[in-house]
Amino acid sequence: MSSAIEAEGLVKTFGSVRALDGIDMVAREETVFGLLGPNGAGKTTAIRVLSTLLRPDEGRASVGGYDVVRHPERVRRLIGLTGQYAAVDELLSGKENLYMIGRLLGLSSRLARARAVELLEAFDLSDAAAKLVKAYSGGMRRRLDLAASLVGRPRLLYLDEPTTGLDPRSRLELWGMIRALVADGATVLLTTQYLEEADQLADEIVVIDHGKVIAAGTPAQLKTRVGGQVLQAQPADPADLEATQRIMAEFAEGEDGTYTDGQMVMVRIADRSALGQAVRRLDEAGIVVEDLSLRRPSLDEVFLAVTGHLAEERTQTDETERSRS
Amino acid sequence: MSAAVLEPTGRVNVVSNTLTIARRNLLHIKANPEQLVEMSIQPLMFLVLFVYVFGGAIAGSSREYLQFALPGILIQGLAFTPFTTAIGLNVDFQRGLIDRFRSLPIARSAVIGGRIAADGVRIVWSVLIMTGFGVLLGFRFGGGAAGALGAFALAVAFGLTMCWPMAFIGITARATESVNTWGFMIILPLTFASSAFADPASMPGWLQAFVNVNPVTHVIDATRGLMLGGPVADPLLRAVIWLALIQGVFAPLAIAQYRRRV
Repeated sequence: MSSAIEAEGLVKTFGSVRALDGIDMVAREETVFGLLGPNGAGKTTAIRVLSTLLRPDEGRASVGGYDVVRHPERVRRLIGLTGQYAAVDELLSGKENLYMIGRLLGLSSRLARARAVELLEAFDLSDAAAKLVKAYSGGMRRRLDLAASLVGRPRLLYLDEPTTGLDPRSRLELWGMIRALVADGATVLLTTQYLEEADQLADEIVVIDHGKVIAAGTPAQLKTRVGGQVLQAQPADPADLEATQRIMAEFAEGEDGTYTDGQMVMVRIADRSALGQAVRRLDEAGIVVEDLSLRRPSLDEVFLAVTGHLAEERTQTDETERSRS
Repeated sequence: MSAAVLEPTGRVNVVSNTLTIARRNLLHIKANPEQLVEMSIQPLMFLVLFVYVFGGAIAGSSREYLQFALPGILIQGLAFTPFTTAIGLNVDFQRGLIDRFRSLPIARSAVIGGRIAADGVRIVWSVLIMTGFGVLLGFRFGGGAAGALGAFALAVAFGLTMCWPMAFIGITARATESVNTWGFMIILPLTFASSAFADPASMPGWLQAFVNVNPVTHVIDATRGLMLGGPVADPLLRAVIWLALIQGVFAPLAIAQYRRRV
């Protein structure tokens, strides 16, 4: 299989901030390539470089074999871009939005209209076709935005945090659509802060933080790379959370120690025998547990292991900032 | 139909791209019908208020003042029409729509060009409605059909030219509020400190000095000359030079800023 996107040593600075600090990546055709990282990691900058909206300061990148700096107009014919902020025209109807893009792409008036109708149908927006986008819900807007990036049947689709701010149902719907697109032969470059999303959709993942690649591989490889197993315990009485944490810390592998989501205590372990020992130690301490289990690490644990912090921690504040602006 | 879509060799069509963007901008009027009021009723209100409130005091009679003021109020109104270019471009940047356009294989000039083309339609509309209403109120063209057509052409050229500095402001400003602030700061003194509403000879010397170099004064004097049949050659030459200068400076600036803004 040939590669749809290749990047080598991409650097982009804004003032004193190195948003991209030497990014390498290769995305194969007809796969979902996940670009993962907390807010401010450089994901959006990477997408903007790969979609010809920004020129890199250093390094090179090619999309579908075309260099993004030397042949931007070629690259633009291959890609569809769905941004973080749904970039559709609020003062037009859904249909007019799609029609406009069809016309801009050189479709005849008749074809542009037909394509708009077809896409509205596919994205379950037929009923709202004539309504101004201003009146759309968040999920509808996101679907229209995705439809807008598909008007020209791009071979490559860039999805920049497509599900941020969506409710769980809309998120699942969007996932289904992305899978269908790849099945139809598209290549998808997906950025996300949600590890579950990358785990669900991506064939290969690059984790970036502070503009640098800190891990790369398939979701399974990344999980194996972190290695071992995760032991998790949920005390029946939340008051026992700290005591549980102290006991579990005895079995910790490496320097991460235990971490908790407020209900469950988790720890990465090297040795399966820890499970039996944990049962005894918790029992001795008189802690009743609701759940005690062993599992493969999730991408959350991968993220914690490679960055030293959980993905969502830093995201929280950024999200509030965004919703305020 | 899939085969017909987007062959990689497909050529970019500047005219078609520009018209598509212009159409999109004009469709916004449908979504915001107040824009139609702004484009139609507001200038008429301005005309009526100025002519009947100040006419008697300034020119002795409102009928006589109408003859003097209509060309001035026309040009003054046209100086404000390009605000839609400024605000529209600014909002498009903020909403991420410019990113969408820039990621499409379309002519780079189409986004600004489409804006200005749409404003061109508004400008022609304003000229027609203003002069039409003026005639209803009793305005008479003293310069004949050729003069009237010449005045229309100059007025439209003035409106289109003013789109460029406004486009520059719209692309440069970070917030829509600052577009308004800067726009008014520049346009208001330019239109009022001119020969639009009163004879500059009645103004204090320091103001006269400004009024006499103000490009808007020359455009108004030329329009007035064409509409009423007065002296034309000198103000028209100055007006055309000024318009060429403004466009020559601000069109490249706006385009450079459009390319630079992230």
